[in-house]
Amino acid sequence: MNYINSMKIALNALKRNKFRSFLTMLGIIIGVASVIVMLAIGQGSKKSIQDQMASMGTNLIFAMPGSEQKGGVRMGSSDAQNMKLSDIDAIEKDCPAISDVSPEVRASGQAVNGNQNWPTTIYGVNNKYFSIRKYTIGTGRSFSENEIQTYAKVCLVGQTVVENLFGKNDPIGQSVRFKNIPLLIIGVLGEKGENGMGQDQDDLVIAPYTTVQKRILAITHIQSIAASAVSESQNNAAITQITRSLRNSHKIKEGAEDDFRVRSQSEMVQTFSSISDIMTVLLGAISGISLLVGGIGIMNIMYVSVTERTREIGLRLSVGGRGNDILLQFLIESILLSVFGGVIGISLGILATQLMSSVMNWPVVITTISVVMAFLVCSAIGIFFGWYPARKAASLNPIDALRYE
Amino acid sequence: MSKTIIQVNQLRKDFYVGEITVHALRGVNLEIREGEFVAIMGTSGSGKSTMLNILGCLDKPTSGSYFLDGISMGELSKNELAALRNIKLGFVFQSYNLLSRTTALENVELPLFYNSKIKSKERRERAEAALEAVGLTDRMHHMPNQLSGGQQQRVAIARSLVNDPVVILADEATGNLDTRTSFEIMALLQDLNQKGKTIVFVTHEADIAKFMTRQVVFRDGHIIREELVTNRNNAVELLKNLPLEELV
Repeated sequence: MNYINSMKIALNALKRNKFRSFLTMLGIIIGVASVIVMLAIGQGSKKSIQDQMASMGTNLIFAMPGSEQKGGVRMGSSDAQNMKLSDIDAIEKDCPAISDVSPEVRASGQAVNGNQNWPTTIYGVNNKYFSIRKYTIGTGRSFSENEIQTYAKVCLVGQTVVENLFGKNDPIGQSVRFKNIPLLIIGVLGEKGENGMGQDQDDLVIAPYTTVQKRILAITHIQSIAASAVSESQNNAAITQITRSLRNSHKIKEGAEDDFRVRSQSEMVQTFSSISDIMTVLLGAISGISLLVGGIGIMNIMYVSVTERTREIGLRLSVGGRGNDILLQFLIESILLSVFGGVIGISLGILATQLMSSVMNWPVVITTISVVMAFLVCSAIGIFFGWYPARKAASLNPIDALRYE
Repeated sequence: MSKTIIQVNQLRKDFYVGEITVHALRGVNLEIREGEFVAIMGTSGSGKSTMLNILGCLDKPTSGSYFLDGISMGELSKNELAALRNIKLGFVFQSYNLLSRTTALENVELPLFYNSKIKSKERRERAEAALEAVGLTDRMHHMPNQLSGGQQQRVAIARSLVNDPVVILADEATGNLDTRTSFEIMALLQDLNQKGKTIVFVTHEADIAKFMTRQVVFRDGHIIREELVTNRNNAVELLKNLPLEELV
């Protein structure tokens, strides 16, 4: 069989019916383009969630009080006081998979400077907290070990606080009052923007944990523990080690429930990723249906085309075309239709995607896999839906076909 | 003695329509030699179309033998028959059967597409030569709908010539044409026959059959008469004598 000749014959046949060929391809074009666009949107939203999560630190691990029993009464976790500074020391000693660990105490209230005030949260932490939470120090400095020991009245402020309290003035060296305690600003945090949930990560004040504990909250316990694993792959080991260390420190018996919870950022990334994966599959499936409809369109046209060209088929058979030549011709025609349609659809889909990202600022990602898959699916559709009409054409009896009116 | 192109012995063809058996051919013997121009005649239902289908290797006989250019077609498969048609036969139909929206040249090239031994350059050259032989050199790139009926039939004849067949089978090739154009086509076929082409021409028109060298008349599946044409018409001369007003 001569494939090149069959290809030429099929191409000529398509050229003879340019408009119809185009209309037939349209179904595939729209189908493929929408698959590409939908997958790009799904993948894009997944990537943007992942990126935002990563900006908060993917090896971030939190430990916070869980439910606690006191004399048979279960307590809510928010007012539990079971985490101590000694827990931090124990974690530092027991957990090789943890690189940094910091206590965390929080207080919400108004930060005041002169006649300006702003509601924000003050975080009491140690100076490893910056690397744990991926905060950078824009200007100024962090607090020293000595300042932690002496409950020094110093703090660092986030960009949002700076804008609202100081405007364009340099805040370093000035003071901010928080619950009537004046704190000297020694540094400004680098800008971080919003996180995946839309929280402003620059709206905070950071001070030594001792200062917040003693001077603002007057407590001795800590509210939660922030830690970072040595690397993302060590996340699970770090969680196990923290859990074991905390159970030890809290003297929890074998089989008893934890009085704390340990969460990692990567778990949340996975949760959000799987949500957007489901969304991607859903979007892809909906546009896949339109691709299927496009395929049926090809089958329909090829079927009509076989009937309409019965005499042509008869002629081809009479001048020496074999059944297989005819089969190949019609199969190649439908494959060409779907593959051309696929190529146009892919280009159109990529174009539309670019337009979306540049005009509407949507996060979109076109993966090679989605393009390759769309292309393969098109070819498969061409073969699948072209097969039946092509078989019908090939099985025609030349005498009947020649006489067909 | 010229060589035998078609040799048919005791050819039978039965069709089964429901429970009725139709005997389309009931033992036909026929021999056609190289250079002959044979008219196959008969009324509808006489078996002449069935005969043409079998001669054209489009249909197989129920029994009997058929040798085309020395090859027995009874033992050939469907694909081998197709290959045989491609190399040995040329068809001319009543309704031309040209591909629409396809130039005359491409139409003529068509049979050669199914012969993988022929490269595209040779295909083009042979198609051009065939169109030249039917006097359509200046119409090569015209579409069928830009050609008159006579010109379309010439393209079809060029297509039947392009593979240099041993015999051209024409089925009522002048049936759709007026008298003058019919004569023109006959002049072309006579010319080709003069140059050595063997032609089998199915017709029911007695005056068309008079252009040929031999007449074979079918009735009810038998050959009832077979005779050489004695006072053969010459199409070129008849065209000259045709009244001028018919030109309009």
